[in-house]
Amino acid sequence: MNKSMGNNNQYVIFRIEKENYGIPINYVETIERVSEITRIPNSPYYLTGVINLRGEVVPVIDLRQRFQLSKINVTDESRIIILSVDEMIVGILVDSSSEVLTIESESIDQTSNLVNTFEDDYINGIGKVNERMIIIVDIYKILGVEIENN
Amino acid sequence: MDMNQYMDIFIEESKEHLQNMNQILLQMENNPEDMNMLNEIFRIAHTIKGMSSTMGFQSIAHLTHEMENVLDLIRSGNMLVNEKIINILFKCFDELESYITSIEISGVEGEDTSAGLVKELAALRDGQDVVDTDLPIVKSNNAVINTNIEVNEYVHNVIHKAIQQELNPFLVKINLNSKCMLKSARAYIIINTLEKLAEIVYSNPSIEDIEDEKFDLSFELILISKADASILERELKGISEIDLYEVISLQENYYVNNTDVQMEIPDPSLEKEQIESTPASKGEEAKNKRNNKTGKTVRVDIDRLDNLMNLVSELIIIKTRLEDIDGTDRKEGQNMHEAIEYLERITTSLHDAVMKVRMVPIERVFNRFPRMVRDLSKELGKEITLFMTGEETEVDRTVIDEIGDPLIHLIRNSIDHGIEDPETREKYNKPKNGSVKLIAYPDGNSVVIEVEDDGGGINIERVKAKALERGVITLQQSQIMEDKDIVQLLFHPGFSTADKISDISGRGVGLDVVKTKIESLGGVVEVDTKHGMGSKFTIRLPLTLAIIQALLVNVGKEKYAIPLNTIKEITTIQANTVRKVQNNEVVLYRNSTLPILKLSTLLNVPTTTDEDEEYVVVIVKKADKSVGIVVDHLIGQQEIVIKSLGKYLANIKAIAGATILGNGSVALIVDTNSFF
Repeated sequence: MNKSMGNNNQYVIFRIEKENYGIPINYVETIERVSEITRIPNSPYYLTGVINLRGEVVPVIDLRQRFQLSKINVTDESRIIILSVDEMIVGILVDSSSEVLTIESESIDQTSNLVNTFEDDYINGIGKVNERMIIIVDIYKILGVEIENN
Repeated sequence: MDMNQYMDIFIEESKEHLQNMNQILLQMENNPEDMNMLNEIFRIAHTIKGMSSTMGFQSIAHLTHEMENVLDLIRSGNMLVNEKIINILFKCFDELESYITSIEISGVEGEDTSAGLVKELAALRDGQDVVDTDLPIVKSNNAVINTNIEVNEYVHNVIHKAIQQELNPFLVKINLNSKCMLKSARAYIIINTLEKLAEIVYSNPSIEDIEDEKFDLSFELILISKADASILERELKGISEIDLYEVISLQENYYVNNTDVQMEIPDPSLEKEQIESTPASKGEEAKNKRNNKTGKTVRVDIDRLDNLMNLVSELIIIKTRLEDIDGTDRKEGQNMHEAIEYLERITTSLHDAVMKVRMVPIERVFNRFPRMVRDLSKELGKEITLFMTGEETEVDRTVIDEIGDPLIHLIRNSIDHGIEDPETREKYNKPKNGSVKLIAYPDGNSVVIEVEDDGGGINIERVKAKALERGVITLQQSQIMEDKDIVQLLFHPGFSTADKISDISGRGVGLDVVKTKIESLGGVVEVDTKHGMGSKFTIRLPLTLAIIQALLVNVGKEKYAIPLNTIKEITTIQANTVRKVQNNEVVLYRNSTLPILKLSTLLNVPTTTDEDEEYVVVIVKKADKSVGIVVDHLIGQQEIVIKSLGKYLANIKAIAGATILGNGSVALIVDTNSFF
């Protein structure tokens, strides 16, 4: 929970389409296989539904739809990353997730010097690890809660 | 020695003793000669003295010591109990209670505020007649608000700029009436009113704290406004429950402050130090608070109870799962059934047991009312007896914390405006002594609390007139509305806001707040009144909020749960009998029109029922209204555990929560109230 502790350079890496994304490990509770998802009526389009996580009901955001990518069926590789943000428990549905990387803050480029695309909205920076590019995402913007927080 | 571990016990026991003392004092008022009661109070004062000095709370110890001295004189026959002594003892009780509350919240007893009382007690002991004016003076001293307020540089700058732009900065100080029930709501009204005319740049305490009712009775605001002081004062005058307000223009005074600023600026280190020292001390305070924060319950920590509750819900899920796999082999099926029955018995009793632990007698809320009624009736010059029955009725712990304020509000309404003064009562051939009845009783799966008075009742014509004036209803509506519907208008938010309490025979101010609070607890409040005979408010609350009976239905491929207590009946309706009236579908059912809603449309589910000749309709009710809801299929009745959708999905339309079914999947609970 303590975000100033030593592991603040560690990121959980996940994949959507061909891109690798990173999320600060402090926010990540667990990574789950995809179980049955119940649709929530009258909710935002990217909210794919809720799951039963060991007796708790947890909302799940489909990151593909959040990033305006085409919807695909859940595969064996698909994972739900359970995040804990400001005491909210929320899951994000990704194509796959399997590793944790350490990215030094010096090797993360701010996106403000890059070209603006629609995806830019959710991006905090781009990290480079051994010639790989990791897109660091902004969780608050993904959840759409940044307005209430500021 | 670390005393912290004894803190909880100290607070709990002190509270118990004080509660006893309160009851005895009330009884003693009627039989002052009873030595047993006197002895009991003496014993309580002595115990509290002992406990508090052990814990190091000197103010309490000092006060109780003086009480003991006086009580001892009475006990030995050197002094007689009279009204004045009882009143002083009541004051002591209030003082002790406020110390204990302060200890509970912050871990320290706070400033010694009982010097006046101690003096009075000492004077009693010495046989002098105390000058009663002593206390009011102390009070009025307190009422003078400190005029030096510290503001940060930002606020300084804003004020400075405002002066340059020829806007008027004001310092507004508000003291609320000490009887104000919903302080934060009142403050909100004040702030809202002022915001229409001015911009609020600073508030002490902060707006958040005011909203959370974390303030005493007074607060200060700094405003920037185009309007001048007289306009602001006129607005404030229109708001009730304000004891004292002061609008000070900062325009003139400001230059004085300004020099202060200029003096401070050359010495930035000083300012920095100040800034640094405040958060530190605050942090320390917060830490202190956390250390000393006592559990929410009397003897059992509520977290453990919630954990237990979760276990039970888990058990119920397993039970449902077992029911689902029911074996096909006859013999195995038999065993299975027995096992399930057994499991069901266990879960039922476990559920009951856990619920009982969570249940607290409503006495905890009720026992503060006799004193309140006594004080209020004395103050208003009315003779009122409070009858309470069913104090032993148990309600959920969460309800106890929340129900107090609404009840105070209703009782105050009854005393203040329901019951007439003795002369009027005699004129109408009523007993001089008015009565307020507070009744609680369990009724099936809910608890009912009634507040009934034998006063003048609600003047329906005046309510109607007021509603018209406020634009809550139209003239046309007012002509066709039945009396009981008009009375319900009292709960309309349009009724509450600004007007003086006495305007509509009292009822109405803040009743919408009462209603909102009760509805947030899943309950309902109703009012029943007879002109000249009195009125009765009935609050109905669910016994428990966690586990309910529900009807599971299919809509398309999805499953939804409808709480059983909202369902009036289930029926089938021929599709061709449904008529469209102004785009709303209705059907004639049992000689009355029933609006028809399709759950599939409400929840955007793709479904096939549109072609069906016969609809399955679940008729749900809210108060005396009903709506028919079309579903695809009925699955059956089931005990379900309500799970919250969490903070992230707080406001999803038409969905009240979720539950986990036997197969582990999630089904949503339909919020039928949202259909009305």
